[in-house]
Amino acid sequence: MPEISLLPLLGGALIGASASALLLTHGRVAGVSGLLAGLLFVRDRDTRCRAGFLGGLVLVGVVAALAGSPAISAPVAPWVIVVVAGLLVGFGTRLGNGCTSGHGVCGVARLSRRSWVATAAFVGSGMITATTAGLLGGGP
Amino acid sequence: MSRSLNPTIAALLAGVLFGAGLVLSGMTDPAVVLGFLDVGAWRPDLLLVMVGAIAVHLASYRLMRHRSSPLLRDVFHLPTAADLDRPLVAGAVVFGVGWGLVGICPGPGLVGMAANGSTLLFVAALVVGMALHDRTWLGAWARGRPRRAAH
Repeated sequence: MPEISLLPLLGGALIGASASALLLTHGRVAGVSGLLAGLLFVRDRDTRCRAGFLGGLVLVGVVAALAGSPAISAPVAPWVIVVVAGLLVGFGTRLGNGCTSGHGVCGVARLSRRSWVATAAFVGSGMITATTAGLLGGGP
Repeated sequence: MSRSLNPTIAALLAGVLFGAGLVLSGMTDPAVVLGFLDVGAWRPDLLLVMVGAIAVHLASYRLMRHRSSPLLRDVFHLPTAADLDRPLVAGAVVFGVGWGLVGICPGPGLVGMAANGSTLLFVAALVVGMALHDRTWLGAWARGRPRRAAH
């Protein structure tokens, strides 16, 4: 029987605290796709802020990998699907101006109407895609 | 304004906190994410992560929204667009399809890319996808603007 874990709630609280910290110190939305696109395509005085925040994410991954943490797992999809998914996520988050963090956490918490609609749209299309793939592939 | 804290270090610490939250909550395991998105084998973890993150950020945003400026910078950079346009919805739908295919979104991708090659490949494709939008005519085409006259 699966035990009910509070870790998702606690981890979520850390994410919310991080988003608040970035907004309070830098006045920036902690949207990973927006920060990444800014780091790639824009050079201004916030470049170091973007590099710092995204560097923090990468640093956690490096430490977790060195520690052999089982929490970080590879996707099970074939590499062609991984590439297609990456292209869609990259293009879609630019077109829609945000991803799970920028719209789903920050925008929803700021009660932004655009973020509520975007979040409903990507959760909806994500559910349709994953459920269809699950039916076709016999489950993830 | 406080200048005692180096802005880059502050951003790095926020990033570490965000990454730790992703790892702790299970969001760096695509199976957990797909477990939420696949309603045939549903598990609520991702919903709980969203609830925790939104609750904390909603409360702290209400406390800081009346500030005239952030601590280390001169102005807040909050999105000002308000209209529900087609690019917003179309982009979110496209993003969701990619997300539902593999169970990785940009944050967990950046955390996981040091741990395995498949996630690194995902991030590389993600960067190409962003460049296709921002640096080629595909972005303007998807936004429904006429292309620059080619003739």
